[in-house]
Amino acid sequence: MLIPKLAFKNLYGAGLRTWLNVIALSFSYVAIIFLQGLYTGMNDQMEASTIKAQYGGGQYWQKDYDPYDPITLDDAHAKVSDELQKLIDEKEAVPILIRQASIYPNGRIQNAVLKGITIDQNVLTIPTSKIISDGGYIPALIGTRMAKSSKLNIGDFVTVRWRDANGTFDANEIKIVEIMKTEVSEIDNGQLWIPIDRMREMTIMPNEATMVVLEKDSKVDKNISGWQYKDLNFLLEDLRALATTKSVGSSIFYLVLLLLAMLAIFDTQILSLFRRRKEMGTLMAMGMTRSKLIQLFTLEGAMHAVLAAVAAIIYGAPLVAYVAKVGYGLPEATDSMGFALGDRIYPIYTAGLIVGTIVLVFTVTTIVSYLPTRRISKLKPTDALRGKLT
Amino acid sequence: MINKLIFTLIVFSTIVFSQTQSADEILKKVDANTFSDSQIGTSKMIIHGRRGSRTVEAKSWQKGTDDSFTEYLAPAREKGTKMLKLGDQLWTYTPSTDRTILISGHMLRQPVMGSDLSYEDMMEDPLLQNMYTAEIVGEDTVINRQVWVLDLKSKKDNIAYDSRKIWVDKERNIILKEDLYAKSGKLLKQVLIHEVMKASGRWVAKNITYKDMLKDGDGTEMIIEEVEFDKKIPSYILSKASLRR
Repeated sequence: MLIPKLAFKNLYGAGLRTWLNVIALSFSYVAIIFLQGLYTGMNDQMEASTIKAQYGGGQYWQKDYDPYDPITLDDAHAKVSDELQKLIDEKEAVPILIRQASIYPNGRIQNAVLKGITIDQNVLTIPTSKIISDGGYIPALIGTRMAKSSKLNIGDFVTVRWRDANGTFDANEIKIVEIMKTEVSEIDNGQLWIPIDRMREMTIMPNEATMVVLEKDSKVDKNISGWQYKDLNFLLEDLRALATTKSVGSSIFYLVLLLLAMLAIFDTQILSLFRRRKEMGTLMAMGMTRSKLIQLFTLEGAMHAVLAAVAAIIYGAPLVAYVAKVGYGLPEATDSMGFALGDRIYPIYTAGLIVGTIVLVFTVTTIVSYLPTRRISKLKPTDALRGKLT
Repeated sequence: MINKLIFTLIVFSTIVFSQTQSADEILKKVDANTFSDSQIGTSKMIIHGRRGSRTVEAKSWQKGTDDSFTEYLAPAREKGTKMLKLGDQLWTYTPSTDRTILISGHMLRQPVMGSDLSYEDMMEDPLLQNMYTAEIVGEDTVINRQVWVLDLKSKKDNIAYDSRKIWVDKERNIILKEDLYAKSGKLLKQVLIHEVMKASGRWVAKNITYKDMLKDGDGTEMIIEEVEFDKKIPSYILSKASLRR
C-alpha cells in the first residue's frame, strides 16, 4: 500500500506537470470514444436505412443481373417464378423491373434508370403509394438528388425515352407526382420509380422483373431456377468494407493522438528519473529494493491514465451524451458522396467501446511509463545519493 | 364523255397501281443507292451546342453494312480517337487514356462526340428494305426536288424505330428528309439533307443535319467532303489492332 500512496503523493506534488499530462491523455480518451462511437453510429445508421429502403430481407436477382455491369441490364428481366409470385401476392416480397432510359428535362438529354415497382407494398420504405395517376399520364416518383440534378419539381412533365423488350424505341411524357427525401442515394440518383404494371406494358415484359426484394425474415426456398438469392451479408458487403476502411483510417488518427500523449508521459518519466536521483538513492538507502522503485515510478506514470480517465469522464461524458442525443450534423456535401446517412449521425457508445478504450490507454501508458524506469535496475545507491545516474 | 371517263379511270387506276407497286420499288432503289460493298470517306461534323459550335473531322472506312472504322482527325483534342464497329459490337480508343472501351449498355445511348447522333444510331442496319414495309403517302418538294413521301412501318419486332417517314428524290432515289418515330408515335429524330453530290455513279448526301427532336438545339451538321465506293479495304483496318495503331 506504501507504493500507491507514495505514487499518488508524488503525482500530486508534481502539480501542473501532472495535470497537463492528464489533460493531454484525457483528450485521447474522449477523441477515441467520441470518434469510434460516431463510426459505430454511422455504420449502424447506413445499414439500417439501406436495409429498409433498398435491400429488405434479401433479394432475388434475375440470373443475368449485375448492378455493377450496366451491360447486363438489357437482358436482366424474366417472368417471376411461381414461388416468388406467391410471396408477392402475400405482400412478403416486391418485384422491381429495371430498364435504362433517357430523359429530356428542359431540353437536355440525361441518362436515367426506370424502375417499376408495385404501388401497394410495405416491404421497402419507398413511398410507392404516392405513384398514382389521375389522368392518362405515367406517374413517377423521384428522389431529391434526382430532382436537383434534373431540375424537376412535383407536377412537372418530362419526356422519357426507352427501348422495349425487343429494342424498339418508345417515348412518352412522365409526370413527377412525388419527390421523396431518402438517405439512400442508390434508390435516388438518376432514377424514376413508376408503377410496375405500367412499366411492364411500356416495355412488353408481362409479369417480368429484374429483382424481387423480400420482406425481413421471409422464408423462401433459396434455390429458384433462373434467379439467384442474395442475402444481407452479400448485399451489405460493400457497405461493411467501406466502414472497415473508414475505421482503419480513423485508427491512424487515434494512433497519432495517443503517440503525442505517450510522448508527454515518456518525457515526464525521463525528467522524473533525472530530477529525483537523490530521492531514489535515499529510498534505496532506507531499504527499498530496485524492483519496488521501478514499481513506484511505473505506477506514477500509469496513474496518469487513471486520472485522465476521471478527467475524461468529467468533461467528456456530458459531451458524448449530448451528441448521442442530438446527433452530429453533417455538411450538405456528404449527401452527394453516396453514404446513406441523412442529415445527422447519432453516435452509439457501447460499454465495450468505453472499457476497451480505458484498458487500451491504461496498458499503453503503463508500458511507456515502465520503459524509462529500467535504468533504475542498474542504479547504485551511493551514486544516486551523490546525484549520479549510472 | 364515256371515253373521257374511261380514260380518267384508266389513268387514275394506273397511278394508284403504280404507287402501290412502287413503294417497295422506291425502297429498293434507295437501298441500292445507299448500299455498297465498301466505302471510304472523309467528313466534317459540326456540332451546334448551347455554348457554340465545334467541328470534328473524321475519316471512315466501311465494309458492307456490318463493319466500319472511323479515325478522328481534328480538333487536336479528339485527334487520334478511333471507333471500330464489328457486327453488333462497338469499341472506341482514346489516345489520351490509351484505352480501348467496348461501348455497350447505357453508353450506347451517349451522344457521339456530343452530337445529336448516339452510338446506337450508328449500330442500326442501314438497309430499309430489311426492316420496313413502305407506303407512298404523297408527293412533295424538298430542296427544289420532286420527292415521294413514304411511310415506313417496321415489319419486325426488333427494329429501333417503329416507324419512319421518308422523302425520296423521284429521280435520284436518295432520301432528302427523314423523320424517325417512337412506338408511341412521338417524333424522336429528324434528318435533313441540304445538298447532294454524285460520287462513283451514286447520289450521296453531302450536307446533312441530324436533330434529336426531344432535345433543344440546332442539331448536328454532317458535311461529306469526299467519298469513294467499292474500294478494297485492307483487312487490318477493320480489326481491333488498328485502334492502337
